[in-house]
Amino acid sequence: MSRALPIQDACAQAAAFRRGESSAEQNVRDAFDRIDALDGSLNAFAVLERERALALAAAIDRDRANGIAAGALAGVPVALKANMCWEGVEAHCGSRILAGYRPPYTATFVRRLLDAGAIPLGMTNMDEFAMGSSGENSAFGIARNPWDKSRTPGGSSSGSAAAVASGMVALALGSDTGGSVRQPAAFCGIAGFKPTYGRVSRYGLIAFGSSLDQVSPFARSVRDIELAMHVISGVDSFDSTTAQLPPLEADPSDADLKGLRIGLPREYFPNGLSDSVRAVLEAAKQKLAALGAELVEVSLPHTPYAIPTYYVVATAEASSNLARYDGIRYGKRVEGDGTLQGMFAATRAAGFGAEVQRRILLGTYVLSSGYYDAWYNRALRVRRLLRQDFDLAFEKVDLIVGPTTPTPAFRIGEKTSDPVAMYLSDVMTAPTSLAGLPGISIPCGFVEESGASLPLGMQIIGPALGDTRVLRAARVFEAATDHHARRPDLKPLEHARA
Amino acid sequence: MSDSKITPAAAPSGEADVLHIARLARLAIDPAHSRQVAAQFARILEEFKTLTTLDVEGVEPMTRPTDSTDVLRDDRERPSLTVEDALANAPARVENFFSVPKTIGGEA
Repeated sequence: MSRALPIQDACAQAAAFRRGESSAEQNVRDAFDRIDALDGSLNAFAVLERERALALAAAIDRDRANGIAAGALAGVPVALKANMCWEGVEAHCGSRILAGYRPPYTATFVRRLLDAGAIPLGMTNMDEFAMGSSGENSAFGIARNPWDKSRTPGGSSSGSAAAVASGMVALALGSDTGGSVRQPAAFCGIAGFKPTYGRVSRYGLIAFGSSLDQVSPFARSVRDIELAMHVISGVDSFDSTTAQLPPLEADPSDADLKGLRIGLPREYFPNGLSDSVRAVLEAAKQKLAALGAELVEVSLPHTPYAIPTYYVVATAEASSNLARYDGIRYGKRVEGDGTLQGMFAATRAAGFGAEVQRRILLGTYVLSSGYYDAWYNRALRVRRLLRQDFDLAFEKVDLIVGPTTPTPAFRIGEKTSDPVAMYLSDVMTAPTSLAGLPGISIPCGFVEESGASLPLGMQIIGPALGDTRVLRAARVFEAATDHHARRPDLKPLEHARA
Repeated sequence: MSDSKITPAAAPSGEADVLHIARLARLAIDPAHSRQVAAQFARILEEFKTLTTLDVEGVEPMTRPTDSTDVLRDDRERPSLTVEDALANAPARVENFFSVPKTIGGEA
C-alpha cells in the first residue's frame, strides 16, 4: 500500500511517464493494488481486466523504449462505466439481462482513449441501464461513498465516482443523462463534467435516453477533465449527432474571472436548503466575486417543471431503446410459454430490475395511443420552454452557477422506497440535460452530518458549445480553493480481496 | 393532430391498465405486482400533473438539443461484423442464424 494514496492526477502521471520517471506497467500494478485494498468495501468496479490492462501497459512501455511518441494519456490507468463498449470486455450495464455480454466492437471514445495511451482497468458499477441516482439499482451490488460508506456515492455512475474519489484511478468515464455524472461527482467531492450534447460521440455507449445521454469524465482536477475532453471529443462519422467540431481545446488563461458575468438562478437557491448548505454556497459565491466575476441574479422560471419533463422524455426514450433486449441477439433468454411473445415477456420480466421495469412501463404509457399528446408531446414543448429559459439568461450572463444538488450524499436505503423522492434528487441537473448544455460539478465545500464530513458540489453551466468557458471558470475556482485537495480517510482492508 | 389542450386526466387507474401497458411493453407482470405498479404510477403521475398547468400553445416540441438533420457519412465499403462475431452473444443459434421460438400458428 505504500504507493496507494495520494495519487497524482492524470496530467502529472502522463508527464511523469513522458519524462521516463514511471512505467505504464508499474502504474497499472499500483492501481490494481489500490483497488484490491479498497474495493472490497466500496464495490466501485464491476469487471476488472487485469491481463488485458497489463498487456496494454507492456505495449505502451515497449513503444516508449522504441522511441515512439507517447500519447496525451500514455501510461495513465482509467476506469470505464459498465455501459461502454470495449471489444470483448463484459458490459453488463448493471443489469442481469446483459450479464456476460461482450460487445463485438469498441466505442469511439474508448478507441480514442486507447489511441492516446490510456489503460482501462475495467468497468465500473452503475445503476441498471443508468437509471437511478444512488447506484442502488445495480444488479451487481451497491457501490459505497468513500466519504461515508453508509451513504450512496450518487448515481447512476456510482462506481466511476467512487473509484476516482477513493484514489483507485485518477480518471474515469461515466455517462450523464439527467445528472448521472454531476450528481455523483458532487456527492464524492470530485469534478464531473457533462459536455454540450453532441460534443462526445455516443457510438458504443449503450443507450438509455438518446437525446440526453453524454459520455462525461470524472477526475480530481479540472485540468484532467480538460485533457480527457481533448482526447475523447470531436466529430465522429458513427454518431450523426456529434457537433461538426474538432476536439476541445482548453483555454489556458487562468488568472481570474474578471469580466465574466455569472448568473445565480433564484430557483436553484430554494428556501428548503439547509443552513449549512447555504453557508457553503455563500462562501463559494464570495470566492467567485473575489476572483472578479460579476454576480447577477437570474431566473429560470420553468425549473419546477424540469423533473416531470425529464422523466417523461427519458422514460419514453428508454422504453424505445430497451425494446432491443428481447432474448434473441444477446443477453439473457427465458423461454416462458414457448411462444415468441411469451419468450419476450418472460425474458424482460426476469432480466430487468424493478426501476428499469417501472421506467419502461412509464415510457410505454406516455407514448401509447391516447396519451402521446397529453404526456410526451407536452413534455417536449415544456422542454423547449426550459431551453428558452437558459437562452434568455445567457443573453445577460456568461455562465450560470448553483448547487449541483440540494443536499450532500444521502444514506443508502433512504430513498429506495419512494421513486419520486429519488427522482427529485436530479432537480438541479436535469434542466441542463434537457437543454443539452454543458455543466460541471466541482467541490465547493463540506458540511458535517452525523459525524461525517460530506462534500458539496457547485455546478457551473454554460451556453451550448460553451464547454471551454465552463472548464476555464471551474479551473480558476479550483486553483483559488482547496476543497478538491481533501481526501476521504480510507482504511484499506486488512485482507485484500482475491 | 397534436392538441396541447388535451389533459392527461385518464391516468392508468388500476391493474387492468397496467396489464395493458405491460403487454405493449412486452413485460410479463403478475397481478400482485401490477397492483403495486398501479399505486406507484398514481403517485408519479400526480407529481407529473403539474405539466398540464402550463400553456404550451404554439410552442414547438423539442425532440433533441441539436439542429443537425440528415448527417450522413460517406457511403464507402468497409469491413463489418463477421457472422461469428454477430452470433457470439446470442443465447440460442442454429448454424449461422439466431434461433427463435416458432412464430407461425401462435399469437402474432
